[in-house]
Amino acid sequence: MDVFIQQLINGLTLGSIYGLIAIGYTMVFGIIGMVNFAHGDVFMVSSFIALICFLLVTTVLGITSIFLALAIVLVVAMFFTSLTNWAIERVAYRPLRGSFRLAPMISAIGMSIFLANFVQVSQGPRNKPVPPMVTDVIVLMDNNGYQVTLAWKQVIIMAVTAVLLMGFWYLVQKTSLGRAQRAVEQDRKMAALLGINVDHTISLTFVIGAALAAVAGVMYLMYYGVAHFADGFVPGVKAFTAAVLGGIGSLPGAVLGGLLIGLIEVFWSAYFSIEYKDVAAFSILAITLIFMPQGLLGRPEVEKV
Amino acid sequence: MAVQLAETAPPTAKASPSSSVMAHAFKDAVITGLIALGLFAPLIGFETVIIDGALGLDYRPGTLAVMVGIIFVGRLLLNLTVWSPNRKPSVRSGPTIFDRAGTTIGPAMKPLLLAFAVGFPFIAAFAMGGMNESRYLIDLGILILTYVMLGWGLNIVVGLAGLLDLGYVAFYAVGAYTYALLATSAPINDFFAGFLGETFWANWAFWICLPMAGVFAGLWGMMLGFPVLRLRGDYLAIVTLAFGEIIRLVLINWVDFTGGGAGIASIPRATFFGVPFTAGENGFAALFGLQFNPMHRIIFLYFVILALALITAFATVRLRRLPVGRAWEALREDEIACRSLGINTTNVKLSAFATGAMFGGFAGCFFAVRAGFVSPESFTFDISAMILAIVVLGGMGSQIGVAVAAAVMIGGMEMLRNLGFLNQIFGGDFDPSLYRMLIFGFAMVAIMVWKPRGLVSTRDPTIFLKERKAVSGDHVKEGHG
Repeated sequence: MDVFIQQLINGLTLGSIYGLIAIGYTMVFGIIGMVNFAHGDVFMVSSFIALICFLLVTTVLGITSIFLALAIVLVVAMFFTSLTNWAIERVAYRPLRGSFRLAPMISAIGMSIFLANFVQVSQGPRNKPVPPMVTDVIVLMDNNGYQVTLAWKQVIIMAVTAVLLMGFWYLVQKTSLGRAQRAVEQDRKMAALLGINVDHTISLTFVIGAALAAVAGVMYLMYYGVAHFADGFVPGVKAFTAAVLGGIGSLPGAVLGGLLIGLIEVFWSAYFSIEYKDVAAFSILAITLIFMPQGLLGRPEVEKV
Repeated sequence: MAVQLAETAPPTAKASPSSSVMAHAFKDAVITGLIALGLFAPLIGFETVIIDGALGLDYRPGTLAVMVGIIFVGRLLLNLTVWSPNRKPSVRSGPTIFDRAGTTIGPAMKPLLLAFAVGFPFIAAFAMGGMNESRYLIDLGILILTYVMLGWGLNIVVGLAGLLDLGYVAFYAVGAYTYALLATSAPINDFFAGFLGETFWANWAFWICLPMAGVFAGLWGMMLGFPVLRLRGDYLAIVTLAFGEIIRLVLINWVDFTGGGAGIASIPRATFFGVPFTAGENGFAALFGLQFNPMHRIIFLYFVILALALITAFATVRLRRLPVGRAWEALREDEIACRSLGINTTNVKLSAFATGAMFGGFAGCFFAVRAGFVSPESFTFDISAMILAIVVLGGMGSQIGVAVAAAVMIGGMEMLRNLGFLNQIFGGDFDPSLYRMLIFGFAMVAIMVWKPRGLVSTRDPTIFLKERKAVSGDHVKEGHG
């Protein structure tokens, strides 16, 4: 029971991070029908931006309050990551919109390789460890020496995720930007005829997706305390799995899928084998797609002749 | 935003005096420069360095300024020349220069390329002034041909049947591990040693395992293909990617069987149909009365992969004439029409998947015998991406395009290793080989934006009435599966 609760906490934390990345995949897929392969690497870039910003804030500016520092890092990372993703969409995807289906995908794979190697060349190939930022823990249960703990950083991750998702939900459901976005998702041409700036809306989708990925990047850096240039691929694929599991195109689905993938991965590592945890995640991706291609909350794809 | 400014410039700007063009171009370049500054500032402006175990920051304002300056000047020059509103757009109709070159020299091209490929080891030896000196060139030729073969194999799946496979490297790995495991297996060696001689298995392993590697990879293709081929489009791509990763992870983690991350070493080398390339009495050199030279084996390997690649190409050409090949192409064009005409789409897709996988297995077996060592490191997603990029950049479905793309991409990557002279420009600690993958990724994006239909954009029709005409690649669909 103790182990179970502890793993539940760990799984929800990891799942929050996956859910944040998954939203970027699901939004982009929903609006332009493309798997944005570079999204995982955008997440990785954001954790490097966060790392640099954190070092600047703590060593150069000398801010000692860790929460103030984290808040600054979060805002800065969101800004620069959004700018990066905006530029990527501009350079690599927009010229290919309306072209044949494989072209943007190859372009995205190229961009993914480019980003990973750009970071490798500019920041070096080694792991970049940061000193632990938040170390306090709350002991929930103590059962003969086995302590079930809830670390403050886990609380922060879950709280930040929840708050951001609520804000994000409000943005998509209640504002004119969200309405424009959903309209473009349903029918791009009709939306354009009704006076929606489609290019602008698609750009903003990429910006929002990147901003959420940046939050995930900051949280990832804070949780694991390390950044590495190759860390984008596997979390990216897992987040994509989460998006597919929840039903691609569905925003609540992405979050639900993220949480499920996080839980499955953590429980698999705890009860079966830690070596095969990625195999478990990838198998779930395959099994979901084979038996339930529309995902948990997605709409079934209707085939039109 | 910057592009939009240029595009939405009013039509009167065409006749405007050059000063306003200049101002506009300058403003646009400044905006681009500012965006570039924002993009590069965090990652190029600062470098995280580990000093005494703790992480510190290094500042690189010079590099940042140079990068932003390059972007600014480049954009300004482009605005004043190529994108200038005063410049008359050259209206081009009809086939582009590449297509015309393709159609005019196309027929002569294939025999010429083939002759070049066959004569390449001799040309290389002659040009470098000796067999030993040509080792590097011939190794490069082997590498390029391996990718040509993989590209042609994947071309069956992606180019002909229109199924997007992002896990092709899995079959390459299956082929390589089939050979590695069988050839190093002690029980099989003992089994043959009993009645065919001690050295039989070491000498013949490659030739016996080569077809088996193809068969195994094909079986794996069917096993993986069967559940996933109901999926369409990007979903299929993602599931194949997942399978590729699963196979790699299993290879890493199943240490008892595959040797784990350390891989399998000392795999028996290729032999000349049972005659080993050794210096001894029973060796290849002694048998043919030549002076022993380790290059004999390399040149022989070159011809093996050339033959394998040509078999792939020949099989593809012949398969396209068969009902199954026509069904592949019909499937790519319109799956629903295929079903309504009574084609069993599952079987057709499976056959394409398995055929493609089989050639991947052959290539994998060759990889294992050439390197003499296999490890999961060689079968990452990057390889899948590279093969797919070769197929798409070559213009899906065009065999000669795939060959050219493989030569350009792999040859280009190798060229980047040899840019030692850049050290003199950028200083001693500049390592050009670090930039290989960076440039590779950038080139993928650039080529896609420049020519989304690939380098060769004409196709040979499979069926024609009276006269064979070139078909533009734009008329070929890419399939939904």
